[in-house]
Amino acid sequence: MINFLTYLINGISLGSIYAIIALGYTMVYGIAKMLNFAHGDVIMIGGYLIYTFATTYGMHPLLSILIAIVGCTILGITTEKIAYKPLRNASSNLAVLITAIGVSYFLQNIALLIFGANTKSFSSVVSWKIQLLGGEVIIQGITIVTILTSLVILLLLELFIKFTKSGQAMLAVSEDKGAATLMGINVNRTISLTFAIGSGLAAIAGALLCSAYPTLTPYTGAMPGIKAFVAAVLGGIGSIPGAMIGGLLLGVVEILSKRYISTQLADAIVFGILIIILLVKPTGLLGKNIQEKV
Amino acid sequence: MKKLSKVISVLSASAMVMSMLAGCSDASGDVTSTESGDATVTESGASTFKIGGIGPTTGAAAIYGSDVRDAIQIAVDEINEAGGINGYQIEYKFEDDEHNAEKSVNAYNTLKDWGMQMLVGCVTSAPTIAVSEKTYEDNMFMLTPSGTAVNCVQYDNAFRVCFSDPNQGSASAEYIAGNSSLKDSNIAIIYDSSTEYSAGIHDSFVSKASELGLNVVSDTAFTTDSATDFTVQLQTARDADADLIFLPIYYNEASLILTQANTMGYAPTFFGCDGMDGILEVENFDTSLAEGLMLLTPFSATATDDLTVSFVSKFEEMTGHVPNQFGADAYDAVYAIKAVCEAQNITPDMSVSDICEAMKTGMVEVELDNVLTSPTTLSWDASGEPNKDPRAVVITNGVYELCE
Amino acid sequence: MKVSNFSKLLKISKTQKRNLITYAIVIAFYLIIQIMDKTGHLSSHMKGLLVPMTYYSIVAVALNLCVGILGELSLGHAGFMCIGAFSSSLFSLYFKESMPAGIRFFIALLIGTAMAALLGFLIGIPVLRLKGDYLAIVTLAFGEIIKNILAAVYFGYDETGIHLSFKSFQIQGEGKMLINGAMGIQGTPNNSNFTIAIVILLLALFIIQNLVNSRDGRAIMSIRDNRIAAESIGINITKYKMLAFTISAAIAGTSGVLFAHNTSTLTASSTYFGYNVSIMILVYVVLGGIGNIRGSVIAASILYILPEMLRGLNSYRMLIYSILLIIIMLVNWAPKAIELRNKYFTILKTKALELRDKCFSKIKRRFAKR
Repeated sequence: MINFLTYLINGISLGSIYAIIALGYTMVYGIAKMLNFAHGDVIMIGGYLIYTFATTYGMHPLLSILIAIVGCTILGITTEKIAYKPLRNASSNLAVLITAIGVSYFLQNIALLIFGANTKSFSSVVSWKIQLLGGEVIIQGITIVTILTSLVILLLLELFIKFTKSGQAMLAVSEDKGAATLMGINVNRTISLTFAIGSGLAAIAGALLCSAYPTLTPYTGAMPGIKAFVAAVLGGIGSIPGAMIGGLLLGVVEILSKRYISTQLADAIVFGILIIILLVKPTGLLGKNIQEKV
Repeated sequence: MKKLSKVISVLSASAMVMSMLAGCSDASGDVTSTESGDATVTESGASTFKIGGIGPTTGAAAIYGSDVRDAIQIAVDEINEAGGINGYQIEYKFEDDEHNAEKSVNAYNTLKDWGMQMLVGCVTSAPTIAVSEKTYEDNMFMLTPSGTAVNCVQYDNAFRVCFSDPNQGSASAEYIAGNSSLKDSNIAIIYDSSTEYSAGIHDSFVSKASELGLNVVSDTAFTTDSATDFTVQLQTARDADADLIFLPIYYNEASLILTQANTMGYAPTFFGCDGMDGILEVENFDTSLAEGLMLLTPFSATATDDLTVSFVSKFEEMTGHVPNQFGADAYDAVYAIKAVCEAQNITPDMSVSDICEAMKTGMVEVELDNVLTSPTTLSWDASGEPNKDPRAVVITNGVYELCE
Repeated sequence: MKVSNFSKLLKISKTQKRNLITYAIVIAFYLIIQIMDKTGHLSSHMKGLLVPMTYYSIVAVALNLCVGILGELSLGHAGFMCIGAFSSSLFSLYFKESMPAGIRFFIALLIGTAMAALLGFLIGIPVLRLKGDYLAIVTLAFGEIIKNILAAVYFGYDETGIHLSFKSFQIQGEGKMLINGAMGIQGTPNNSNFTIAIVILLLALFIIQNLVNSRDGRAIMSIRDNRIAAESIGINITKYKMLAFTISAAIAGTSGVLFAHNTSTLTASSTYFGYNVSIMILVYVVLGGIGNIRGSVIAASILYILPEMLRGLNSYRMLIYSILLIIIMLVNWAPKAIELRNKYFTILKTKALELRDKCFSKIKRRFAKR
């Protein structure tokens, strides 16, 4: 039983990381209707920024996270301006998907050139831990911080969307771009704002990802990025609480199937479960079921 | 009207392809001015040796390929400065393969167009096997610094500097069985089932361990796609009371495993292979976590012999970081080629095939005594395998120390 | 004198003409390459690129059938390539000594195609019930599952029988390890060559272009354009979706066979069959134009060669490639860029048309004189 509890906690701690990355994914998807494949790489850039300021220049970790948030936000807005915005009214929404992939390649390769291929070991921003049941069960501080952070972000996002003008504008844009324009909402500015928030979240996710799993290479963001994307879909892409639930579920399933079925086939099992859930609930756990009309 | 614009765009696109093709074949025409990086300055014509290298310098395996690229450059520069091979300078060019067998063959063909006479490569196993098919067809000599899979040297024109996977797996099992303080321990294995290197060592270790009666209590894998969380593997090992964990994996994943074991409060003895070398040089890594880590490795960057010291300092000056064993293997590879060329009187005006034949005879006769990757001497079998002794080192106070 | 009159002269329809041009481009490319090869103008680098370029074109065409014609985004086509590659490679390896190369490779092609088709059919049953991005993620998941399982499996035969396991085992006496876990399949004979690859590309083009212009093809496209309207006029949605998806998977499988028989080592790693490869194929399709079969072939060829041509840039190679990719996408897809291009083209077009009409009238006059 204690054993199971340990695995469950490990699962939640992995899941909380997926969840916080998935928040960024789902946010951008919900409003801009675009799969931002470069999100994982923005996280990686965030990780490098924190590493550079905290480890190389010896700044306080929190200060360097703040710098990374600003840096990633600027990066997000810039890539949106250059690579995504011109394609907003393109005849297929696949076009912007491809430029996102281009941006992803670009970020990986620029990081490779600037920071080198060498693995860097990240110093965790949180190092305390809680021991339960006489030290049999250990909960990492970073897990608690990650969960709390994602909950706070979740809450702030919900409040922001419900109670601010820009938030309402986002909601309107996500419902119907054309109608939103007619209502006098500046769609372009709203979407830029979404990217800014999404990228800022990526920096925070980067800090937490690299603290929980302290290695940093130019490809660090790619795999967690895709897993978080899966989590976002699982929860119902576009739904902010869905991303949270999807992430946690994915983490727990991954750890438990590693433990009780097979470590080699864990990925296959995780994807298998995703397929089953989507077949039962075709729009994810909390996704909105949109009726099609002729 | 619309159609015509399509026709025009198709035509312009095909024109683009054609010009690319033409550009490509043109590029193959003049080869004398091409050089890798900015360090090689050579004369043109057949009075130089043309040595090529292939390995990943982009993509997730970039760290291995870029070390090999830079180490070969250092060796080539040294040799050129000292008067070259048999009085001939070396021209050197390195091509990226992204750790992809298909791209590796493309890289090989590019180098062939450039006029390569001998190949130092590839760096990773699957590309090495694919390229060895081509070098065998062309009868071009190849010496891989770090292609560990058995089939990398299946042809007689291919040799390697590193140990093979089965060799390392069984050597590790034998070392553990022969060590009085280790042989009775409960052994857990954590390996990467999605890479040839790790799976190869794992398979031979397991079969040798059962032969020697070692007590393997847990055997878990991970894949490159899920190489972030190792808590399950570690917890499984702990539940099985393992006190020795065998890690036939590369050091970047190992550094994560060590960190996670530490946060779990689990402190078994860790035992690794040559891929573990480099763990002390991971930037910002808390080396105290690696205390007591044992590994079988042919090379250690902290060794104090003159050759290692000079190589490491040159490498650091050039790249800003400490070389791993890949670089050391590549450095030795270039010097092996030099020694054989001198013994066999090979000159650059010979044909690729003639050079290969002479190299083949020369490789089995040569014996290098001052090398980075062997404590004693380095020589080769006709099968392409090196004869050298692995050294077991243990990390104490943040440096490698020889065992026994 | 209008273009349509010219077509009437040759008694073919517009679509037929468009299709013929596609074949002509492929054949012309093939002939040019052959001439360049015979006259010694082709570098070994280029020669090595020809087969991969062609099989990526084939898989791009296959994916375009799924994305462009059927209108469903699939991110799992690398998985179908993987199945085609592994099944055919197993066959070729098993009969390596006991069958002449030509027949063996032909059967291998059939096996790889059939296996991919079968898998496409099986996966299609659940997947095609989903829509949009959900469908995309499920195909991605299937692709990853195929890759993950094939990378973990050990398969071989010996005196005691055939073995299939997720743990490594020893071969007893006479026998062979066929799939060796992560080390995959080794020693597949190199039977792919440019001529065969081009023939298969032409075949794939023929199948898809004919499908598109058939009754079935129109039914498929009507589903893409408006599913509900299509259903209301009595089109069997499931049947046509399955048809297109299965054909698309089958052709991707054929491309996998060419892949496997081009290099001797085959491993089910992310480098060759991961989701990123599926995405790369999607890049070819989108760049060539969604639904534009000819465009896929051209885009796949150009984008496959591009990073190879950038080799001279050393470490900046992939960086430049990514920038070029973004720029090409912007130029090809951004509404503003298209507007600009059209303006520029209109001027060019009127000039070109004038020139052509002049030529035609001259020819006509000559004919009239006779």
